[in-house]
Amino acid sequence: MYGRKVKLRFFFVILTLLTLFLTVFLILKSLEKNVVYFQSPSEIKALSEIKKNKIRVGGMVKINSISMKTKEINFIITDFENEINVIYSGVVPNLFTEGKGVVAEGYLKDKNFFLATKILAKHDENYMPPEVKAALQEK
Amino acid sequence: MFKYFEPNKIFSITSKAPKYVLFLFVIILSIGLMEALIFSPEDYKQSHSVRIMYVHVPAAWISLGIFSVITFLSVVGYVFKIRNFFLISKSLAPSGLVFNIVALVTGSIWGKPTWGTWWAWDARITSMLILVLFYIMYLVAWRIYENNDKAFKITFIITILGIVNVPIIKYSVDWWNTLHQPASINIFSKSTIHISMLFPLLTMTAAFALFSLLIFLMKYNTELIKIKNKGLDRL
Repeated sequence: MYGRKVKLRFFFVILTLLTLFLTVFLILKSLEKNVVYFQSPSEIKALSEIKKNKIRVGGMVKINSISMKTKEINFIITDFENEINVIYSGVVPNLFTEGKGVVAEGYLKDKNFFLATKILAKHDENYMPPEVKAALQEK
Repeated sequence: MFKYFEPNKIFSITSKAPKYVLFLFVIILSIGLMEALIFSPEDYKQSHSVRIMYVHVPAAWISLGIFSVITFLSVVGYVFKIRNFFLISKSLAPSGLVFNIVALVTGSIWGKPTWGTWWAWDARITSMLILVLFYIMYLVAWRIYENNDKAFKITFIITILGIVNVPIIKYSVDWWNTLHQPASINIFSKSTIHISMLFPLLTMTAAFALFSLLIFLMKYNTELIKIKNKGLDRL
């Protein structure tokens, strides 16, 4: 049907793709800790030591946990298993609200307190008009 | 599978097509823009900034789609030695690059009011940046090795290297913690976007696809004219 050269080239393509996918998969697998953009409170709890370098913690802002003071804002990040207290002074993004996703960048004081230098709001994949949201909440 | 093709025959079709495609593109784009900017509702959480999605998401889809098509054509073209497939790939690449850049820029503009940052080294965003680099590499390779066998081989290698990145872009938001939210449009499970927002999104995708087709036809016609000028009746 097809010539020997065609078959060889086809074999070459399959082999190259297989090798590349495997290599990249293994590299990403071993780099998993660095590929993630943030860690969850549970992962922070599981840390063996507290490092001085900048990290990011992400999760949900616990309902009724935000307390605004004149220069400081305190809130709790939760992943519904563990929690971490965040202390931050500065401007928060518009989408930062209770019960929504957040990523805090900064330094760990200890396993329960996090000094944030930057707050990013993480929004979810749900898009709907306000009326639909209101209707959903009524249910 | 056509091993040889007649540039004249193809050219007689592709040279007439652009005006019809342009006509369709203008109509679909006007409908899409009206829906996206006026008729579609604001989001319950992001309010009007959600409208950036109607440019951002189609642009990202098209750039990923074009890269996949380019890779497929290059691989088939390489295995069966079909030169025409390489020329089609070459003509498709520029619109892919443009939409890739559009996706990154609009993402940045969207990120500032919603996330609170212009840029984040998050897996989704970084892998999209890598795709831009692959597009540039691909186009530069064509510039260096003008339409000869070397160009075919090198661009084939670039696409096969770059295609590894495509599933990473797609699944980065599911595999790792990212700032970028997961996909809202799912083929196999329920989509998490309201129907009133899905419609403008799909219309804008169709408009962008038509634009890519238009640019492709123009580029491809140039390639065919080049071949005709060289006096080759077949590739």
